[in-house]
Amino acid sequence: MSFVLNRVESVLQSQRILHPIDLILQPGSITTLLGPIRAGKTSLMRLMAGLDKPTAGRIIDNGQDVTSLDVRRRSVSMVYQQFINYPNFTVYENIVSPLVVSRRLDRKERDRRVSEIAERLGLTKLLKRLPAELSGGQQQRCALARAMVKESRLLLLDEPLVNLDYKLREDLRAEMKSLFRGSDRIVVYATTEPQEAMMLGGQTCVMREGHKLQDGAALDVYRQPADLQTAALISDPAMNFLPGSIAPATGGRGISLDGGGVLPLPADLEGLPDGRYTFGLHAAHLRLGRNDDATALPVVIELAEINGSATLLHGRHHDRPLLMQMTGIYEAAIGASAVLAFDPINLYAFDARGSLARAPRFTTMLPSQVPVGEVRHGAHSAA
Amino acid sequence: MARIQLRDIAHSYRPDPNRPEDYALRPLDLVWEDGGAYALLGPSGSGKSTLLNILSGLVRPSSGQLLFDGVEVTDRNTRERNIAQVFQFPVIYDTMTVFGNLAFPLRNRGVPRGVIRERVEKVAAILDLSNELGRRASGLTADAKQRISMGRGLVRTDVAAILFDEPLTVIDPALKWQLRRKLKQIHNELKVTLIYVTHDQTEALTFADHVVVMENGEVLQQGSPQELFEHPAHVFVGDFIGSPGMNLLPCILQDHVALVGGQPVTLSAHALDAHPNGALILGIRPEFIELADPGEAAQVTVTVTDIEPLGGHQLIRGRLGEHEIAIKALPEILVQIGETLPVWLPHAWIRLYSDGRLVN
Repeated sequence: MSFVLNRVESVLQSQRILHPIDLILQPGSITTLLGPIRAGKTSLMRLMAGLDKPTAGRIIDNGQDVTSLDVRRRSVSMVYQQFINYPNFTVYENIVSPLVVSRRLDRKERDRRVSEIAERLGLTKLLKRLPAELSGGQQQRCALARAMVKESRLLLLDEPLVNLDYKLREDLRAEMKSLFRGSDRIVVYATTEPQEAMMLGGQTCVMREGHKLQDGAALDVYRQPADLQTAALISDPAMNFLPGSIAPATGGRGISLDGGGVLPLPADLEGLPDGRYTFGLHAAHLRLGRNDDATALPVVIELAEINGSATLLHGRHHDRPLLMQMTGIYEAAIGASAVLAFDPINLYAFDARGSLARAPRFTTMLPSQVPVGEVRHGAHSAA
Repeated sequence: MARIQLRDIAHSYRPDPNRPEDYALRPLDLVWEDGGAYALLGPSGSGKSTLLNILSGLVRPSSGQLLFDGVEVTDRNTRERNIAQVFQFPVIYDTMTVFGNLAFPLRNRGVPRGVIRERVEKVAAILDLSNELGRRASGLTADAKQRISMGRGLVRTDVAAILFDEPLTVIDPALKWQLRRKLKQIHNELKVTLIYVTHDQTEALTFADHVVVMENGEVLQQGSPQELFEHPAHVFVGDFIGSPGMNLLPCILQDHVALVGGQPVTLSAHALDAHPNGALILGIRPEFIELADPGEAAQVTVTVTDIEPLGGHQLIRGRLGEHEIAIKALPEILVQIGETLPVWLPHAWIRLYSDGRLVN
């Protein structure tokens, strides 16, 4: 029942667009294609849809080779960044249009399907309007309803929320997640935002410059990124990287960070041989510290970026950027000095080639076990 | 530089406005101090562009007065007001050099050459354009062009204020924070009155010391980023600021407690004095709700309907009675869909709203 990409690649006008990619999509699943611009997300979707043919490789749908099958003979719908609707059609006519074209259903059944999907997307009262009379969020809901009404096997969404204001984006994102739940279609969702991939859950396929870097459950990729590039792309704010080495030190082995002190080797990294590493640390695992902290990282503050409920502190430690994320609103003057610190048990280690050598073990805890004074019951106090 | 005063300013695009909703901008009184960094934040259609156009002189308000340093300028045009503007898209002369572009507003006003050079070099240094001064502007990246647009506003020493209208729209997301930093540095160094219009909370809160939140032609709150986060004056502000926004839960005040979804939540005495009884909205941010251990007694229970693992934290979505509620928690805390979570709503972080407006 799966939809399989087998060594699919694409070269257009002697330009390499996609390097060979393997991917298996299961019915009832959501897969996000996560990567920056020019990662190849849209190109890969066009191959899945049958809009373009791969230069090499095969696409197998439910056991059948569909590599050369025309888009019109596949069961696929697509939603784009731009809100694409027929401007001279009402919302109802827009939504019903794919069903009219396919001519498989009678009028009564078409009406039933349209009212059902309109209800789920909050469009019931707008069915008689023209797209120009809708807000951006409503226009994109209309495009989404049209893509969903057909109940096609494959639903492809290419950054569908990127042109919406952040509040609408938040709302529609949460709605979409529940919209896709419980259907057996295959949903593929392209995004540049790690938070979107994480929030939609499901699988993620991290891409960069036409390569698939890693795929797997979004949370697993976040916790176990295969290499430095994936680690940077799956985390938002991006993961901090600190070069250094594991070497013998007084009283056992330790980590020495370039331009910094020597830290005790955390238990999770004990199995690693001595040598050069890049240590990774999530922005949420940095905190304000003191000069006498073993892990003190003195920084000059470049900016406190405030997003409404959290503050992202951009700091510079020697010549290296450091990002610290805090819940709540904090002001910090540009150019001020601060000391950041962290708990070494949260360190990732990447080897000299940039591959993951060891990720910190993830352990759960009860609310009462959250250290007092730092974070209480999962809620920071901004007071 | 100027202190800007809006005295009972209102605007309608209709010829005969009478209902409040006929106004693109409802009557408002505001004072913006000389040298302040202000942001106008609101969704599209909130009236922020109308307000900006009134400041710049592109729109004459239907009523009210606009004063710069105590002098009425309501009927003066943009040039007479000495307002500089930076728009969404860079406005520069492609055929001129970077120097020529930056010098243009000064040459136009007949400023002596020596003064022009000195001023352009100073502004170029702030904007990291010193090495580009001799280059033609046409080949530059979008963010360099937008820095030139900003620079053209900054070279003049006589401007009353510089208005920015969504200036980072065309900037690559990865570079945005650097321009945000630039803008803040400019403000720190030049102490010029800056007014920044945006629908994006990060832009507004990062840039401004004072954020003016607008909706439906009305100013709902003016305050520091922290005030907007901790003390939203209106339910709209609570929802609009923060990702996700504040939980807004209908409640009934009764005998010293708020009944939320049928469950009692204790309030501070202060809150009770302000509003002894009746139907209200209880607001609390997802960041401030505290979890208790499973089985432990707590204030209320929430049935978990969804969990969004977001890396640095997890967002727990659930129901408190019939109301939806979101809770931010550490990722290490084990929660399952369908589970009943005991939680605390600390009264220090509870805000009460009546008719949408803060009452405690």
